[in-house]
Amino acid sequence: MKAPALNRWFGRGWLSLGYAFLYLPIVALVLYSFNDSPVPNVWQGFTLKWYAALGADTEMLAGLALSLKIAFLTACTSVVLGTLAAIALVRFRRFRGRTLFAGMLSAPLVMPEVIIGLSLLLMLVSMQRALGFPERGLLTIWFGHLLLGMAYAAVIVQARLHDLNPQLAEAAMDLGARPWQVFTLVTLPMISQALMSAWLLTFTLSLDDVVLSAFLSGPGATTMPLVIFSRARLGLNPSVNAIATLIITVVSVGVISASAVIARRERIRLSEVAAAARAG
Amino acid sequence: MSAPSSSSKGSGHGRLAVIGIPYFWLLVFFLLPFLIVMKISVSEMDEVTFRDILSFDQGRPVLALRFDNYLTLLRDDLYLLTYLASLKYAAVTTLLCLAIGYPFAYFMARARSTLQPALLMLVMLPFWTSFLLRVYAWKALLTEHGWAADAIRAIGLDRLLFRANLIPGPEQLMNTPFSLVLGMTYTYLPFMILPLYSNLSKMDLRLLEAAADLGATAWIAFWKITVPLSKAGIVAGSMLVFIPCVGEYVIPELLGGPQTQMIGRTLWDEFFSNNDWPMAATVAVAMVLLIIVPLALFNKVEAETLEARR
Repeated sequence: MKAPALNRWFGRGWLSLGYAFLYLPIVALVLYSFNDSPVPNVWQGFTLKWYAALGADTEMLAGLALSLKIAFLTACTSVVLGTLAAIALVRFRRFRGRTLFAGMLSAPLVMPEVIIGLSLLLMLVSMQRALGFPERGLLTIWFGHLLLGMAYAAVIVQARLHDLNPQLAEAAMDLGARPWQVFTLVTLPMISQALMSAWLLTFTLSLDDVVLSAFLSGPGATTMPLVIFSRARLGLNPSVNAIATLIITVVSVGVISASAVIARRERIRLSEVAAAARAG
Repeated sequence: MSAPSSSSKGSGHGRLAVIGIPYFWLLVFFLLPFLIVMKISVSEMDEVTFRDILSFDQGRPVLALRFDNYLTLLRDDLYLLTYLASLKYAAVTTLLCLAIGYPFAYFMARARSTLQPALLMLVMLPFWTSFLLRVYAWKALLTEHGWAADAIRAIGLDRLLFRANLIPGPEQLMNTPFSLVLGMTYTYLPFMILPLYSNLSKMDLRLLEAAADLGATAWIAFWKITVPLSKAGIVAGSMLVFIPCVGEYVIPELLGGPQTQMIGRTLWDEFFSNNDWPMAATVAVAMVLLIIVPLALFNKVEAETLEARR
């Protein structure tokens, strides 16, 4: 069936408008950050002064350092726990409480964050009263982000595990590999791209989170999004534009190059599989 | 089909660890906290702390449950109206995302296959860059003489919005129902597009050829074949938008106004401004009741989609 020309042009127009909508705020933030005017909508010439001011902004820099620490911890632990959860769901079809497990795992994906934040905080406060541990701060924010990150990581890894050919694991088993060896030597290399995407996604999620951090942070533990949010609430702030541009640049470069690497490795893997199939 | 039976039998400890560790974590950090919220929502406040609901008076257990908060919630029109408003804004946002996202995902899935990875990447990229900053950018774009505000005025859309009672005056776009819904639609659009795209790109196009051979026009084939086949994507996308929107806090706080109170903000204010923890917990429990049905629907579709991949 050949799409009529009108249809094709309508499709192109719709996609262009859609992408324009998605990218308008990002482009605006970048342009605003170079604008030599405290009011973002009036262009007064090019400047780098907001970036220079950022270097002296100790509150923002301290927030950034804390956020990066938490994001790193969150990404590493989310991938481990998310992978375990994904394997549990994909490999073991039947175990007691599987429905509850699957429900608890996917609920944080959509559950409003205010609910997760409030309930985690109230539990941690009860725990702290009973045990004297943990203090609110880095640790508690990490717990909250891990809950969210684990759910996202599990979705990504689960999708990849479903696509794997189970015969590969069976073949390794027939050749005498222990289950642990099957996992490290066969399964892990094949899901490594998914693990990388999951790590990146959970890292950026953690770096961006406001609501959970607001509930779970304590005195002296202010993450970068909390700093940005408190300034944004008061009004427009050029320093936010500058840090936004930096974050957008780093994340875009990181994500694009990582996906290029992932795509290349996938191509190499597929060609190796094809070569092996020809040889056999 | 899944792991060979020898693995599950041969490694009892491994199996226990793989299931047990994430299971235990979720029980302690997801289910238990929620049970505590339910407990606190019926607890008495003692100055700044709340009393245990179960106490022992000379060895006899005394159960002190207080349902005042729930009664307040039902009696006070303000809460009820806020709940209804949250549902309304979330529903409108979901419909707008579907109206924009479905054709978008459809044209993506029908684009040249060499182009599709790049198109997908372009949808994912804003999704990776900070959501907070993108919402903040709309604040600047919609204030007086912001670029988007000027564009909207230039095409006369503001007068239309004013007549639809979505903005209080033809000039004022920020802190209105309009800016709130725009911000939520913008933020959640990728969540609608992605499941729809993954669903539509897997469709067997020969079905459409068969329909055309049997005399269906492209329009009829679209409504009778493409749309019904993408039902799972529509449900998944709609739930991914609707459920978080009901309890959204950041967007109403930054882009909403005094007349667009949403339940996520109410919870936040009860907790952070009024320090009324039992009331905040009550609002949270009531919010969960609102989203429990869509949540169950979402879980069902997710499970079915994963099963279908086998």
